[in-house]
Amino acid sequence: MRYSGFRVLKEALSGHKGWRPLWRSPDPQPAYDIVIVGGGGHGLATAYYLAREFRQHRIAVIEKGWIGGGNVGRNTTIIRSNYLLDGNEPFYEYSLKLWEGLEQELNYNAMVSQRGIVNLFHSDAQRDAYIRRGNAMILHGADAELLDLAALRREYPFVDFDNARFPIKGGLAQRRGGTVRHDAVAWGYARAADALGVDIIQNCQVTGFRIENGRCLGVETARGHIGAGKVGVAVAGSSSRVMAQAGLRLPIESHVLQAFVSEGLKPVLPGVITFGAGHFYCSQSDKGGLVFGGDLDGYNSYAQRGNLPVIEDVAEGGMALFPGLGRVRLLRAWGGVMDMSMDGSPIIDRTPVEQLYFNGGWCYGGFKATPAAGMCFAHLLATDSPHPTATAYRLDRFARGFMIDEKGMGAQPNLH
Amino acid sequence: MIIDHPLLGPCDAQEFTYKGDACLIDRPEGLGDGAEAAFHDYAYLRDNPAGLHRELWFHEQGDRSWLVVTRNTLTHEIVGVELARDVARSRGRGR
Repeated sequence: MRYSGFRVLKEALSGHKGWRPLWRSPDPQPAYDIVIVGGGGHGLATAYYLAREFRQHRIAVIEKGWIGGGNVGRNTTIIRSNYLLDGNEPFYEYSLKLWEGLEQELNYNAMVSQRGIVNLFHSDAQRDAYIRRGNAMILHGADAELLDLAALRREYPFVDFDNARFPIKGGLAQRRGGTVRHDAVAWGYARAADALGVDIIQNCQVTGFRIENGRCLGVETARGHIGAGKVGVAVAGSSSRVMAQAGLRLPIESHVLQAFVSEGLKPVLPGVITFGAGHFYCSQSDKGGLVFGGDLDGYNSYAQRGNLPVIEDVAEGGMALFPGLGRVRLLRAWGGVMDMSMDGSPIIDRTPVEQLYFNGGWCYGGFKATPAAGMCFAHLLATDSPHPTATAYRLDRFARGFMIDEKGMGAQPNLH
Repeated sequence: MIIDHPLLGPCDAQEFTYKGDACLIDRPEGLGDGAEAAFHDYAYLRDNPAGLHRELWFHEQGDRSWLVVTRNTLTHEIVGVELARDVARSRGRGR
């Protein structure tokens, strides 16, 4: 069933009785060539690209809940590729390019909106750092633009430019950044993967791996054993828990990150804007709610909810940037569990267990990476070699001394 | 969260800075055999359990003592608080 304007019109005239479920709910087969553990954005994208780009067959995605019920439905929907380091920037730029063609490829409206992102700076030193970052982005083929105060005032006239403590001096803009309807990403990939024959098995928790002589032969699940030629794990947030079943300790801590949405407002924010003197970022959804977030709560957590001090801190950041929004009411606050890695960068790699592959450690940058993470993980699973844009995301980089630490914080996961 | 400090009584967790897993008390011997591998595991690998977690909190805006807090990472419930000094000594550190 393809979506089109004609199809919408036809269904409108026939009482919307022709729509069908977007994916099947098959019973698991005894064995597959490739089993993906985790039916979030990354797992579904991996299955889709395995079937589409790498012509693999007999693929299953196994999800403990329902697909898209984890972090792909809990983030603040921002896409961008404004990274500094060589290990990261080509990967995220590749991801942004995949976002740009995603809806046509999947024939699914994911509401990809390249409304632009602006990182504000408040001091000369911060300006210099952002110029350097912008140059690094341009060198890797991304777009970056330094905005002076006059340009910023034109685009964001309601921001408090003359804040006595942190006056705004300018901003680094990436016009191709923006937002995407996050649930639709999971659903679009699921629908496209299902159409290519991928079995999506929901409400089926993986309870262990069958490992013999150092080789992974399949997974144990709530619905019995499922054999697999290769197993790919994409369960960011629960990586340590799942990989512990294979006897691995990871360079990862799980932390809770809160996000917020306000009541609906008339259009006020044209793009995504981030405060440079604190941790606060904000965009406006197409429904009108301001979607915003800030720092981690800072302690290990699997609770999917945070505490009030961080809510207060984020609200203070928002008030420093937009004093005019002080009367806006908060509609919802929620938390997601982040795989915070030891250098703030992700892992897409083989593991010491043969035929077991791992994708995780996304910190809070996993959503924007969804298409490229899927493509790169599929590349690794299909060819046993890393995708050219993901060669730095090795599991053993900490032992070898090749950390990718954008913020230079060291091995302290709650500071990345 | 309220941390029941062994010396000061209940304190808001906001007064504390979080460090991480209390296994950081068990720093490997720098000159021992296999020190390089031991320090890699010490610095970078974590159990990261879902459930009870023993972890180091620093009372930075209080009496500047280090505490070992036992907390449930699924519910945020705190079930035990000890002075890190006592824990370290009981584990043979600081001699």
